[in-house]
Order: sequence, then structure tokens, then C-alpha cells
Amino acid sequence: MEKKTDKNSYTLLFAVGMVLVVGSLLAFVASSLKPKIDENKRIEKQQNILYAMGVNENDESSVAFIENAKVADEFAKYITKQLVITNGTEVNEDNEAYLIEVKKEQSAAKDGEERRLPLFVGEKEGITFYIAPIRGKGLWDAVWAYVAMDENMVVQGAYFDHQGETAGLGANIKQRFFMDDFIGEHLLDNDGNFVGIDISKSNGDPLNERKTDNAVDAIAGATITGDGVAAMIRNDLRLYVPYFKTLKK
Amino acid sequence: MAKDSRLILDPLGDDNPITIQVLGICSALAITAELKASIVMSISVIFVLGVGNVVISLIRNIIPSKIRIIVQLTVVAALVIIVDQVLKAYSYQLSKELGAFIGLIITNCIIMGRFEAFALGNGPWRSFLDGIGNALGYGVILIIVGFFRELLGSGTLLGFKVLGDPIAKTGLYSIGYENNGFMLLAPMALIVVGIIIWVQRSKNPALIEDH
Repeated sequence: MEKKTDKNSYTLLFAVGMVLVVGSLLAFVASSLKPKIDENKRIEKQQNILYAMGVNENDESSVAFIENAKVADEFAKYITKQLVITNGTEVNEDNEAYLIEVKKEQSAAKDGEERRLPLFVGEKEGITFYIAPIRGKGLWDAVWAYVAMDENMVVQGAYFDHQGETAGLGANIKQRFFMDDFIGEHLLDNDGNFVGIDISKSNGDPLNERKTDNAVDAIAGATITGDGVAAMIRNDLRLYVPYFKTLKK
Repeated sequence: MAKDSRLILDPLGDDNPITIQVLGICSALAITAELKASIVMSISVIFVLGVGNVVISLIRNIIPSKIRIIVQLTVVAALVIIVDQVLKAYSYQLSKELGAFIGLIITNCIIMGRFEAFALGNGPWRSFLDGIGNALGYGVILIIVGFFRELLGSGTLLGFKVLGDPIAKTGLYSIGYENNGFMLLAPMALIVVGIIIWVQRSKNPALIEDH
């Protein structure tokens, strides 16, 4: 005799039941945890921005953010202005500019809409930092960064992150030895034209002593991630050039 | 019927999922460039396979055989997503470390392999032991491969510079030692797994198949 579980009607019923049970379970978990997850993401953004301008709890080689509990206060203390730049030079202040998602702005720009560029102005020990969020593609998935610059577009600090680069290779872009190489690097050439920062395998400068060569040392075995980072810097930071030119006047 | 303890011990040695059953090779190659990633992946698989085997074993008598693979996939995918969401809410930093592996766990053939080969035909307690045992056997190989790849490829272990500093030329590097960058690429993981298989079979010739 045919087993009960081999019947088509049973199979169909089981499939429908399984989809309902699993689907509602996942929907319940996702919606009940969503506020907490969103809050974590918001805190992380503030931590990343502060990290780029050097407000962090790093020791010699670690990457350590300001604690979750202190982030909101520190963010209010160090970030003096949050700007949204449109059309290159039109500037508006917006206290929630840090919540603007670069990914959404990039796809809006692709659809022909105007891209809003968030820029955070920070003050620490009398120095002014301009921090821009940027986003691009690595080998497997998205890479993004927060780059702190001075008014001459010389990098003062950077925080890189990624969605799914290879552990031990591309994932090392969020290690200190890579991120710290950017400090002091120039984004403009000697004539003041924007060139970006190349991730170079052949600049012969592993200790990164030359800061005006528009290049940092690449990570061995992570060529495509490195190229993605260089392209991200070139494409996204270029958009901020008109604003930085207005600072000079 | 095999003793319960063998369910844990066999996969660690003569019935290892990677070196004998040849399951889970993909992730063994992909994520073993660092020891830490190997350890994190091993713990994740121990959890998912342990719980997944129990769930499949509990519903084994009501699963329609025609769609059992789909049911297994649904169970493992749901488990993994729930773990991912809970981590994102309560341990955000850890979830970021795990991010890249979550998808890999779902596709790990060890999981489907053990559901299909063991949990569908055995009770929950034995399935749990089998799941833990196989995940441990998988983890042992991952950690061995990760250890050698990180040590010889980057000169570090868990991020600590155990061989000295390659740029400042201290430690071993002061006498001309260089990291082997090839160790960081996937082909060397295959060669390391191959060497483990070779060592294992030459110690126990009974494992060599007749041809």
C-alpha cells in the first residue's frame, strides 16, 4: 500500500503548511527585532563618522569605536554641522544628514534624479574635519567608507568597511595597517586637480612615506577589492570637489 | 547499531566529513585564509548542524519524500536567518564578523548531507550527536588549514604577529624569511587539505579505496 506521506495531496498540504509556518515565523522574528537592528545601524553610522575623524578608542593596532552608550553625546560634541550638498555647491544644513543612505542616493542619481551628498563637519582640538560617506563595489559585494579630510582635501582619517570580502584578503581593508596608510594622503595633485588615491601594487612605497603620490600600498591577493576601493574614492569623492573649491574663496 | 560515542568520535577521524566524505570542501577553501574566520565558521556550523539535525529528525516521519530536499533547505535557511537576525539585534559586532559566512552555511553540503544521510533515519538524540560530531570533524580540518594558511601566508595567528614584523624586518624576517602570499589563495587550501588526506590515509591504509 502506498504510504500516506507519498500522496500528492499530502505533499501539497505539507508544502503549504510549511511555507505558512516558516514564513510567519520569519516575519515575526524580523519585525519584532527591526527597531533594535535599526538602532544598532544608526549607532554604527555615528561610530564610523567619529572614527574617521580620530574620535575612537584605538590602542596600538586595534580598531575600537566609542562605546554605544557614549556615542550620541560624543557625536553631538564633535560634529558641529551636518550638511547636504546638492548641485555641487548648494549647501543646506540637516541634523539627520547622517541617516542619508549613500546607496539610495547612488541609484537615484542613476535614474536621473539629483544626488544628495552628505558631509559632516567636525571640530577636534581646533582642527576642522570634513567627513564624507562613500560607497562602491568590491570583489563580492559592496564596500564603503567614511573619509575625513581637511579643506585642501588631504585625508585626515578613514574608516573602511565591506559586506563580504574574502577573510584574510579583501576583508583586510578594515584593518589598521590599510586604513592608517590613507592618513595624510593627498586627493588632489600639485596643480589642485582631483585625482583620487590609487591602491597601488607598484608604487614601491610599502611604508607609505610619500604622501603626495596619490597612492597607497595595496594588499597582496586582494587586487579587485583594492581596485574597487580606488574606484569608489575616485567616483564618489570627486563629487565633493566643487564644494571644497568654495571653501578656498 | 553503533554506540552513541562513536557518532561524535568517528567524524573526527576515520569518517571525517571533509577528508573522507568529501563534503564541505567549498567553504574549507573559501574562508580558511585566517584562523579566526575558520573558528567562527566552525562554531556556526556546529550550532546549525546540531539544531538542524534535531529538527529534521523530529519531523522525519511526516516529511513527504518527494519534496524532502526542499523541506531540508527550508529548515536550514530559516534557522540561519533567525540566528542572523538575533545576532544583528543583540550582538551587532559579532554579526558583522559573521556576515560573509551566513550565506555559506546554507549552502554547506555537510548540512544537507547529514540531514539526508542520518537525521531522516534516526532519532533526535542520535541525530544531535551526529550533527555535533560531523560539525566538529569539519571544524578540526578548517582550523588546521586556517592555522597553516595564516601562519605561512601572513606570518600571523589570530592577527598576532608571531613571526615578527615583515615590514620592519624583525624576528624571522630579519634573517631573510618571507611570507608565502600563495598560501592566502584558495588553491593552497586545496593542497593543504590534500596533504591532510595523504597523512590520514598513510597512517590508516584501511581508508584507501580499491580501484
